[in-house]
Amino acid sequence: MNFKVFVPRDSAALAVGADRVARRLAELATARGLDLHVVRNGSRGLFWLEPMVEVQTAQGRIAYGPVTPEDLPGLLDAGFLQGGEHALRLGVTEDIPYLAKQERLTFARMGITDPLSLIEYEAHEGFAGLRRALALDGAAIVAEVTQSGLRGRGGAAFPAGIKWKTVAGTTAAQKYVVCNADEGDSGTYSDRMTMEGDPFMLIEGMTIAALAVGATQGYIYIRSEYPHAVATMREAVALAQAAGFLGDDVLGSGRAFHLHVRKAAGSYVCGEETAMLESLEGKRGIVRAKPPLPALEGLFGQPTVINNVITFASVPLILARGADHYRDYGMGRSRGTLPIQLAGNIKHGGLVEKAFGVTLRELLYDFGGGSASGRPIKAVQVGGPLGAYVPESQWDLPLDYEAYAAVGAVVGHGGIVVHDDTANLSKLARYAMEFCAIESCGKCTPCRIGSTRGVEVIDKISVDNNRVHQVKLLRDLCDTMLHGSLCAMGGMTPYPVLSALNHYPEDFGLTTPASQAA
Amino acid sequence: MTFAATQIDPDSALNDALARHASEPGALLPILHDLQDAVGHVPARLVPVIAEALNLSRAEVHGVVTYYHHFRAEPAGRCLLQICRAEACQAMGADALLAHAERQLGCSSHGTTADGAFTLEPVFCLGLCASSPAIMVGDELHARVTPQRFDALVAEQRGAA
Repeated sequence: MNFKVFVPRDSAALAVGADRVARRLAELATARGLDLHVVRNGSRGLFWLEPMVEVQTAQGRIAYGPVTPEDLPGLLDAGFLQGGEHALRLGVTEDIPYLAKQERLTFARMGITDPLSLIEYEAHEGFAGLRRALALDGAAIVAEVTQSGLRGRGGAAFPAGIKWKTVAGTTAAQKYVVCNADEGDSGTYSDRMTMEGDPFMLIEGMTIAALAVGATQGYIYIRSEYPHAVATMREAVALAQAAGFLGDDVLGSGRAFHLHVRKAAGSYVCGEETAMLESLEGKRGIVRAKPPLPALEGLFGQPTVINNVITFASVPLILARGADHYRDYGMGRSRGTLPIQLAGNIKHGGLVEKAFGVTLRELLYDFGGGSASGRPIKAVQVGGPLGAYVPESQWDLPLDYEAYAAVGAVVGHGGIVVHDDTANLSKLARYAMEFCAIESCGKCTPCRIGSTRGVEVIDKISVDNNRVHQVKLLRDLCDTMLHGSLCAMGGMTPYPVLSALNHYPEDFGLTTPASQAA
Repeated sequence: MTFAATQIDPDSALNDALARHASEPGALLPILHDLQDAVGHVPARLVPVIAEALNLSRAEVHGVVTYYHHFRAEPAGRCLLQICRAEACQAMGADALLAHAERQLGCSSHGTTADGAFTLEPVFCLGLCASSPAIMVGDELHARVTPQRFDALVAEQRGAA
């Protein structure tokens, strides 16, 4: 009898010993004469259960976790290869409530397939979108993406179809499609999971974009802090190229699309699209003034579609199943689903793909199970280091771009970082300014100088050096950064700072909300 | 990354990198990556060579090397230890872990231990935010790292050296 076992290869599984588990399992199989096939799948995204090992049985896939190498002899004795009972047995994977309650569209294959198997990718609806796109003209592809309501998932939430239409409408000898995979926001890892766990989906989405706008060259700009994503993406591009999904003649259509993987070099601001373009051109990652829009003058001065990993990754399904299928999820002007990432001090941290409209409270408690420390949750930063700290009074708002904007918060890239009641929000506000000072590209003064002055002012507030006056100064400074910065780096650093100050004044030594009047 | 005591000759590593990438548009970052991956840093004396090969000014190449946190002008210790300082890791004790690391290693952030064994670097997000705090030892990722686990990893490295 032969057995199929799945041991994830996602970075988050490797970081808790998945490779050691896979090695030990192979050794034990040899020693016991078992015919065992180990698949290194992506992660299902239930990170507190990693390494989560699954076995293929007649009842479906059964999960066990978290599994250490030391657990394996006992698991084998308990007959886990046939789904046997064991303290680590979690049941049928799909029935685990955390997964069963999700709406996985973009992450439908995640953790199920071998990320580098083209056969499995195609067997799970892969390349159906591309095949349909090849039968359409560019305008029809753009129309489909526009109708789906898909907005940029990197954080800016600009309608993808409108951006594509602008590039499609230009005339140029060379157009580009660039994927921003510089996922630098703390609390976010959905791009990383996609590149490590379902890389062909990104390749397919970018190829559809290229067909839509008439581009023949593409780049994926991946942060250097993601070595596994870089390696997997490079391997996937080579495989797709060899199989005719990329190259001079995409699937025999006569259309060319060449895709290149570029490694970034540890600069957060290069996640800003124009700084990323500079970096791809081999320069320092200094932000460009807009206009001109990158859609008109982007990479090497040519018309360029720039989208985030999840935006491109959402496209194959939209083409395969039609715009309406995707648009039917969500609320208001936030259509479709968002792969939300629960992170920080949370008991059940992981990837939760849900339609827009879910509340923070559902995410924190129904999915997340409360804090990891068991202490009360005090503050939740949504949308990365430039996102606001959201207090409990706002946890029942629906996750929706407009609803969040109305209270001065941002959905961003869907990262949710939880802090318990030991967190000091003035310290976190100071950190936001310090981070901005370290990562500012230096081109504009509000960001370059303002961030350093921000650290100093918060320090003075902390030691009560004329506190009331300093708070007024901090608000003035934030106002200048907000309105005077060239990009979101300086322009949004005030979000965490002001939200901390407004919602947690006691952490700044201010006793009453009256300080907000300043 | 962990580097062996015997290093690849920087000049030939650069020649290889130039041969691979010099004809690509925007080739500077790929060349610097290959060079640093091979020899552990970007030696200052090679900056003019790179500049000439790419028809750039020395200032432009120097500017890029110094702009990006990833590139180093000086060799690091034999093992690079990166500790994430971003918010999700802070929420699970990253600040205390970094302070512990500084004490145990006897060097501060961005510093190298006296014996040249370790260079300690803060890093902003390894994408392991649901399993924080996270660190990278050489090219190996580790999540949910306690001070005890950190000590064990350091001891493992010292044992392996």
